Amino acid sequence: MEETMKEITGEDQKYVINMGPQHPSTHGVLRLVVSLKGEIVRNVEPHIGYVHRGMEKMCESITYPQIIHLTDRMDYLSAHINNEAVCLNVEKALEIDIPDRVRVIRTIMSELTRIQSHQLWWASFGMDLGGLTCFFYGLRDREKIMDIFEETCGGRLIVSYNCPGGLMYDIHPNFQKRTKDFIKYFRKILPEYDQLLTGNVIFKERTRGIGRLSLEDAISYGVTGPSGRASGFSCDVRKHDPYSAYDRVNFREVLFNDGDTYHRYLARIEEMKESMNIIDQLIDNIPEGPFAVKMKPVIKLPEGEYYQRVETARGELGVFIISDGNKNPYRVKFRSPSFVNLSVLNLISKDFKIADLVAIAGSLDFVIPDIDR
Amino acid sequence: MGIKGMKKEEFKDNESLELLEESGTNILLATIDDVINWGRKNSLWPLTFATSCCGIEMMATGAPRHDFARFGMEVYRASPRQADVIVVAGTIVKKMAPVLKRLYDQMSEPKYVVAMGACAISGGPFFLNSYTIVRGVDHIIPVDVYVPGCPPRPEALLYGMLQLQRKIETETIKSRRKRNASHDVF
Amino acid sequence: MDKGQLAEFIKLLDSEVDIREEKQFTELNVPGPNLYALGKKLKENQEISFDFLFCLTGVDYGQDLGVVYHIRSTKHQQTVVLKVRTSDRKNPQFDSVADIWRTAEFHEREVFDLLGIRFINHPDLRRFFLPPSYGFPLRKDFVDDLNIVTK
Repeated sequence: MEETMKEITGEDQKYVINMGPQHPSTHGVLRLVVSLKGEIVRNVEPHIGYVHRGMEKMCESITYPQIIHLTDRMDYLSAHINNEAVCLNVEKALEIDIPDRVRVIRTIMSELTRIQSHQLWWASFGMDLGGLTCFFYGLRDREKIMDIFEETCGGRLIVSYNCPGGLMYDIHPNFQKRTKDFIKYFRKILPEYDQLLTGNVIFKERTRGIGRLSLEDAISYGVTGPSGRASGFSCDVRKHDPYSAYDRVNFREVLFNDGDTYHRYLARIEEMKESMNIIDQLIDNIPEGPFAVKMKPVIKLPEGEYYQRVETARGELGVFIISDGNKNPYRVKFRSPSFVNLSVLNLISKDFKIADLVAIAGSLDFVIPDIDR
Repeated sequence: MGIKGMKKEEFKDNESLELLEESGTNILLATIDDVINWGRKNSLWPLTFATSCCGIEMMATGAPRHDFARFGMEVYRASPRQADVIVVAGTIVKKMAPVLKRLYDQMSEPKYVVAMGACAISGGPFFLNSYTIVRGVDHIIPVDVYVPGCPPRPEALLYGMLQLQRKIETETIKSRRKRNASHDVF
Repeated sequence: MDKGQLAEFIKLLDSEVDIREEKQFTELNVPGPNLYALGKKLKENQEISFDFLFCLTGVDYGQDLGVVYHIRSTKHQQTVVLKVRTSDRKNPQFDSVADIWRTAEFHEREVFDLLGIRFINHPDLRRFFLPPSYGFPLRKDFVDDLNIVTK
C-alpha cells in the first residue's frame, strides 16, 4: 500500500478495519477502509474499481444502438430508465418527433422500474438491519413486475426495450390488465411494509437522527434522488426538466426537511405511492399509433455536444455525448447518481457507530456497477 | 412426500456425466461413497458473492417464488470458511481477480464453483474493447458447472445447481483426491 | 434573467471569457488560469448563484485536453457550461474547484485516473479505478495490445 497507516488513520485513531470487497452488507463489491476509535467511526474511505469494465472507452468503438445494451448493465435496477436516457439524447440530436404512444408507454415502464427498484431496496435494507422477513416480502411482490416485463420486453432484469426512434416491439395485449391488477394488489400490500418497518420501535431507534445530511451539503455534493430530496433539495428532473409524458401527469415531489436515514427511507416509500398514482393516470388512455419511427440503418449524429438528464430510482443520471459526425460517438460520459451519492458517505457517518454505518450505506442506496461503470 | 427431482432423461448432458463415473469399486466403499455424496449434495451452502447483475437473479432464485432452499441451499454463509459452493455471479475484472482467488483458497474442501452468467463464463458483453476484464473466470479458478445467460433465469440457475448435484453423485473418495491434487498450487 | 442578460453579466465578471450560444446551453470558454476565479464568482454572486455542479467531464480533443463543467442554479433554474483547454499533453494541469463545489472531489479524481489531468490544490488526488502504474485509457493515443481485444 502506498499510504502509511499514519496517513490513513491520523492522530488519535485506535485501529483500522477493512469492510472488504466481499461483504454481505456492502451491496456489491465496495471496499470501505474504516478507521475506528472503539466503535465510533472516525473516517470512512471507499475504494472502488472492483467492477470497472471501462464502459466509457468501449462506447467509442460501438454504434449508438449498441450503447443501449451497455447502459442496461450499468445500473441494472433502473435498466429501462438508463436506456431511455440514451434514446432521448439521440432523438433530440436528430430532432425527430416521437409518437405519443411511445411516450406514454415509456413513462409507464419507467414508473414500474422505479417501483421494483424501491422494492428491492426495501428488501435489502430490512435485511441489512436484521429483519430477514423484509427480504422475502419485498422479493415476492417484485416478481409480479418481473412477469409484466418478461411478457412485453422479453427479459426480467435486462430489458433493452427502448431503441432510438421508439420501442423494439409493441406491448403485449395483456399488459394493461396485468399492470392494473398489480397496482390494485400492491396498494393493499404497501401498508404491510409500513407495519413491518415504519412504526417499529427498533427500526426507529436505529434510523432516527442517524446520518444527517444538510441542505447546503446536499447541493454542494450534488446528492440527488430520494437521498437528496429527504434533505430538502428539490431536484426531481421529472418536474424541472420534463421528458416523455411527465408534463401531463399530476404528481407530488416528495420533500422532507430532516435529511436523516429515517426520512430517506420514508421518501422512497412515498415515491412508490406517487409512482402508482402516475401509472393510474396513464394506463387507461394509452394513445393509438405506431410504436416506432423508421430510422436510417446507420445512425450518425450531427457534430456537437448533447446532454440529457433523467430521473432514475437513485437520482439524476446524465448522458453527455460528444459527436464528430461518425457512426461511433467521440466521447460518452455517464454522470451516475451512485458515484455522487457515495461521496457523501464519509461526511455523514462521522461519529456514529459502525452498525450505523451499515444503515447509512443502505439508505443512500448505491449500486456498485453504477459507481464503477 | 419429498420433492420430486427431475428424471435422468430430462437432463441434457448425460454423456459427460458418464465419463466421470468410475466403474468397479468394492461394495463397502461404494456404500460409504453413496452416503457421503448424498450428504454433500443435499446441503450445498453458497457463499455471498455477487459482483453485478447476475447477483440480483441469484437473489431472486432465493426468493419465495423460485425458492432454492427446497434443494438444500438453505443458508448463505458470509465467511468462505463455512461455505461449500461459490456461485460466481457477475463480471470479474483484473482488480477483483486476486480477491476471488484468495476467497477460493480460503474455502475448505470439498468446494465447488459455478460460473453463472456470460461474464463469468467468457467475458460476456464486455469481451471486445474492454481494457480491464478477465475473459472467463476459469482463467483463475477451476469451474464445475457453467450456467449460460445474460442474466440466466432463476430456473436456469436451478437447473445448473441440479447438474452440480448429479456431478457430486459420481464422486468417489479416490477420484475426489485426484481432482484436488491438480488444483493445489502451493 | 434571460440568456442575453446572463451573457452580458458574465462578461462583466471576467472579460476574457468567450461566450457562445449552443443548441442546448450557453457555453463559456475560459483560459485555464481564470477558471478558479470565475467559478467562485459564479457561485457566490447572488444574482446568478450557480451552486449545483452536476457533471464534470474530461475530454481528449485530439491535440488538446480539456475539462467540461455543467453547472446549474437551483434558485434561478438556469444552466451554463464552463470549458477549459490546454495543449500541454505531457503535464496538463488545472486549478481544482473542489472547495467551491464539493462534488468535484470525486469527479476530479476520476478525470485524473482516466485522462491524466492533474488538479492543483485538490485535497486527495489519487487513482481511483485503475492500478497506479497503468496508463491513461481514455486518451486517444492509448494503446494496450495485451488487454484490449478488438475485432
